[in-house]
Amino acid sequence: MERDDLIVNDSYALNAHHSEEEGAKIRRNTWKVTGILTLLTTVEVIMGIFFKRSEAFSWTMIKWTFIILTLVKAAYIVLVFMHLGDERSNLKKAVLAPYMLFIAYLLFIAITEGFGHLGNFNAFH
Amino acid sequence: MGGESTKVISKEELWGGGQSPFSVSYGKMMMWYFLVSDALTFGGLLTAYGFVRASSEDPWPIGEQAFRSLPFVEGEYPLIYVALMTFILIVSSVTMVLAVEAGHRNDKSGVIKWLGLTIIGGFFFLGSQAWEWSHYIHGSGGSFLLNESVEVTSDEGQVFSLNKGDVVYMDHHFGHLAEPWIEGEPEVSLIESDHGVKLVEMGAHPHEVELHSLTLNKYINNESHVSGDDAMKLWNARSESFSFGANLHDNEYASQQAYADFFFFITGFHGFHVFSGVVINIIVFIMAYRGVFERRKHYEMVEKIGLYWHFVDLVWVFVFTFFYLI
Repeated sequence: MERDDLIVNDSYALNAHHSEEEGAKIRRNTWKVTGILTLLTTVEVIMGIFFKRSEAFSWTMIKWTFIILTLVKAAYIVLVFMHLGDERSNLKKAVLAPYMLFIAYLLFIAITEGFGHLGNFNAFH
Repeated sequence: MGGESTKVISKEELWGGGQSPFSVSYGKMMMWYFLVSDALTFGGLLTAYGFVRASSEDPWPIGEQAFRSLPFVEGEYPLIYVALMTFILIVSSVTMVLAVEAGHRNDKSGVIKWLGLTIIGGFFFLGSQAWEWSHYIHGSGGSFLLNESVEVTSDEGQVFSLNKGDVVYMDHHFGHLAEPWIEGEPEVSLIESDHGVKLVEMGAHPHEVELHSLTLNKYINNESHVSGDDAMKLWNARSESFSFGANLHDNEYASQQAYADFFFFITGFHGFHVFSGVVINIIVFIMAYRGVFERRKHYEMVEKIGLYWHFVDLVWVFVFTFFYLI
């Protein structure tokens, strides 16, 4: 079997090289994203400890803030740390499209079946 | 960064054969596809968790309340320990990015340094998870179910009408002796008086502990403490159903088992991913150290295992939100 990681000619891996200056730029960006991820996690923890119990904020608001912050963190990890943002757009779509379907399916199932435990299957009719 | 991926190629040339339309190597593309399918597995597990929780009729324990201890520290610190675990994993993800970056410059010592730090971070995370599991399995005092209806007033002055089957939690010290007493250890005996109840342990290290207070709604918001005569009322209404800690049949944290099942399965499945990630990282570390990639003239293997390692971090971000925060 041909092993692509051993081919010297026409190997994509061999092209994934960069110079010292490009490297310095990537490292700067990495530390910046690290700072953002740490900040977002800190915000989540502070919200979890202090805001969750307080009367001033509704639970719906807190919950959606948690979910949005999580999605922002996930986007930074996938696009910057995993370098999906630097790949060709067809690979990006091949990876992300299944989740668009998955989310659409989840919304469908939650809206149509999500009230079954209340004994009211027709909550949306 | 992407090298080949930034090159402008016409559609005819791109799909004309002889090269990957994605401009990535076979190995890297398959790693992406594996991660896509693996993420769907985790997505399914978290979705199942959400549906079971939403359809549960009993109160559901709050993740941060079930895990509020810190190693070597007395007192209660909800969320801090899990936040620490999250931070450890993010940091080890960052060191992995830097290892990949060093690989793109063919910098062998850089790869070894950053990959080594990533492995250390992985071990720290696994150790934290082992501690959390052992704490969870051990429990913190145990609980029992009531055998009859009781009405009690909490220390905060709230009146509770409790029914048969409701959960009452014991404090750590009392539960510690109650467990061997329930199991019928001859050295531990129960002494009741007009004022209260005591568990006494004879033997080489005799000691005794009094029932000071019992807790209602523990692990759920607004927990209440009941002491004195009201605590005695609860104790006298106890049934034989005692739970200590958590296992696959029984847990003290909730009246339903699903919470512990999901906890063990989801964090266990994630922990297994971290474990295999650490093993793979060690293998690649050894390969890098022995100069295998130097001879290949590229460090793409570091990039591929890097994808897997970031994925582990990514999953934890979701587990943290849906299991502990919400």
